[in-house]
Amino acid sequence: MTEFLPLSEAIARHVPDGTSVALEGFTHLIPFAAGHELIRQGRRDLHLIRMTPDLIYDQLIGMGAARRLTFSWGGNPGVGSLHRLRDAVEQDWPRPLELDEHSHAGMAAGYRAGAARLPFGTLRGYIGTDLPKHNPNIRSVRCPYTGEELATVPALNPDVTILHAQRADRRGNVAIEGIIGAQREAGLAAKLLIVTVEEIVDELPPAMNGVLLPHFTVGVVSHCPGGAWPSYAQGRYSRDNDFYLRWDDIARDRGRFTEWMERHVRGTSDHRGFLESLRRGAA
Amino acid sequence: MSDYSRDEMMTVAAARMLWDGCVCFVGIGLPSAACNLARLIHAPGLVLIYESGTIGTRPTVLPLSIGDGELAETAACVVPLPDIFSDYLQAGRVDVGFLGAAQIDRLGNLNSTVIGPYSRPRTRLPGAGGAPEIAAHARQVFIVMKASPRSFVAALDFQTSGGHFEGRGKSGARGGGPTIVVTDVGILKPQPGGELALVAVYPGIPVEEARAAIGWPLAVAPQLETIAAPTMKELAALRALKARTEAAHREPVRLPI
Repeated sequence: MTEFLPLSEAIARHVPDGTSVALEGFTHLIPFAAGHELIRQGRRDLHLIRMTPDLIYDQLIGMGAARRLTFSWGGNPGVGSLHRLRDAVEQDWPRPLELDEHSHAGMAAGYRAGAARLPFGTLRGYIGTDLPKHNPNIRSVRCPYTGEELATVPALNPDVTILHAQRADRRGNVAIEGIIGAQREAGLAAKLLIVTVEEIVDELPPAMNGVLLPHFTVGVVSHCPGGAWPSYAQGRYSRDNDFYLRWDDIARDRGRFTEWMERHVRGTSDHRGFLESLRRGAA
Repeated sequence: MSDYSRDEMMTVAAARMLWDGCVCFVGIGLPSAACNLARLIHAPGLVLIYESGTIGTRPTVLPLSIGDGELAETAACVVPLPDIFSDYLQAGRVDVGFLGAAQIDRLGNLNSTVIGPYSRPRTRLPGAGGAPEIAAHARQVFIVMKASPRSFVAALDFQTSGGHFEGRGKSGARGGGPTIVVTDVGILKPQPGGELALVAVYPGIPVEEARAAIGWPLAVAPQLETIAAPTMKELAALRALKARTEAAHREPVRLPI
């Protein structure tokens, strides 16, 4: 049975310190509200998993919530660096961060294997790259049929995956529209899937070929309108490209970053409060 | 011919390399501008794939990120990201993949991971993303980078994706590797053995400037081509595309409350 919980309770109950947690969503539907709740509740020692860390992991890393990061591309899309991620890797601030670094194709194979409950994923990949020299998780296997050497990555099975979606129904079926990245695979790979949604409806129309996570794969649904901002929710609100540009300035300086996080995230009680504080303060 | 910038020359030069019907794996920035310019000018059947999962997308403005809603709304279809890498790229269905990087060496190997040692980098860069598998499996790789001795280097700090590295033929890479490097001082192509050589220059840019911008002793082809300056039609289309993009990105986004 899917549980329906307020986001703060879902995080308090299911995401303790030390959890391996994947907040997925490729540019679209990034679960910012859930990431902020992890920060509000002061989580530590998390193993963060995400193909593109984006601003939300920049924030979690800068607030000292992460011990380890599994990722494949760590930039501010279309803008430049993630300054908090860089500071953690280059200067150990606010604490050292272990890296488990992949390519997109490798991480996608890891999620697919995880979703299928296979021990590892294979791909014809990691060719001509130094990544395997620095990441012992990237190995190889000989194909028993052709003898070809193929790259392998361990299955990614996060303790918890958190997604954001447009809609869920009252049984816990979740419908996602637009760019879906590796959300379906990351969701099915998790030991527990939590989904924040823009809207809860009585019934979803049949999704002939659409993406739907059926209720028996969804552990928790939390109603959280606007929960993907400053990323976007197709059909609801647009990506706030201007905020992604402004983040470059906010995150560049440790003091300014900390002050912004204290004021807008730690200083508000929930996602609605966070958005209202931005409207008032014009950030 | 009116004045044009070096960025415009690069974008137009890259756009001209693309042909109608070509299946193209696009990155953000200059490659995205070049691909969409080609689609608007001479290659209306160009198929643009962005790694976020959008296939056959025809954006009216350039996206800021690889996953802007504009790309999904104007796509022929949107598929899961793992499908893009396994069933399209790895399966050999991509004609041209665009790449850029912080560093390139004379064999077209690229670094977008770190400057300095991996365990304690001076500069941590975003990392690989789709690059290693694009470099391995696209039939051709087009590289677009501004030239400077800091970026065109004798030795990479880290090899993120492979060009014409030794052993490529037996590595499992299905694609042909880099076939062209478009810079702001001219165009480089690999010679037999894989080393990049200057094969074309732009109007008004001397070979000496190209040599000075490359951090290894640059080989120069005996027959140097001069690329034609951008036409009025190309410049008008590119500038209109950029203007539409800027106007769209200026529109304020309301907070979702």
